[in-house]
Amino acid sequence: MPLRIGFDLESPARVGDSLAAHGERYLRRVYTGAELADCRRAGVVDPRRLAARFAAKEAAFKAIGVGAAAASWQDVEVLRGPSANTRLVLRGDAATLAQAAGVRELSLSLSCAGGFAAAIVIASVSG
Amino acid sequence: MNEKIRRAIGDHGRLGVDVATLADDADLYQAGMTSHASVNVMLALEDAFDIEFPDRMLTRTVFESVASIRAALTELQPSLAA
Repeated sequence: MPLRIGFDLESPARVGDSLAAHGERYLRRVYTGAELADCRRAGVVDPRRLAARFAAKEAAFKAIGVGAAAASWQDVEVLRGPSANTRLVLRGDAATLAQAAGVRELSLSLSCAGGFAAAIVIASVSG
Repeated sequence: MNEKIRRAIGDHGRLGVDVATLADDADLYQAGMTSHASVNVMLALEDAFDIEFPDRMLTRTVFESVASIRAALTELQPSLAA
């Protein structure tokens, strides 16, 4: 089965700037409730975790092959499983676009080091 | 209207060029705006025009040029076109 890869880097510092400038409004417009719950520690949101999730959303769009297409950020959700592994869930327009592109499965890996958060998404594509 | 749009882009878009040198239909992503910066532009536009973009408009294509932003704002608030 053919594979497609999406990769993205995001800066936790830039995410912190957005949080400082726009606060909860920034969080509410980009991240889902489950993502925000994953990113809070003792009630404080961690910009590194947010940056990793933003990178994952962008990487997912790249892997699907719709970098500039119409789907909202919340249509791509990063969920954490019981063993701390992460996975992607697509909804709305993102799910429709992925289906149209023949995407059968998405795999996600996240990392954060050296002042950057990184995400790689591998898409299994039919045909 | 275009001036307020360009100010939001200039302040938050982190372009690699001066926004004043770009045509209304120039691709802002090609000019260096990252996806994350486009979110900041969107929030700054909401502040500048006292509007809220609905979820269906929170996409890359809406924020890819001055012209596309103007079209979205005009759709949300037709009086802005006057």
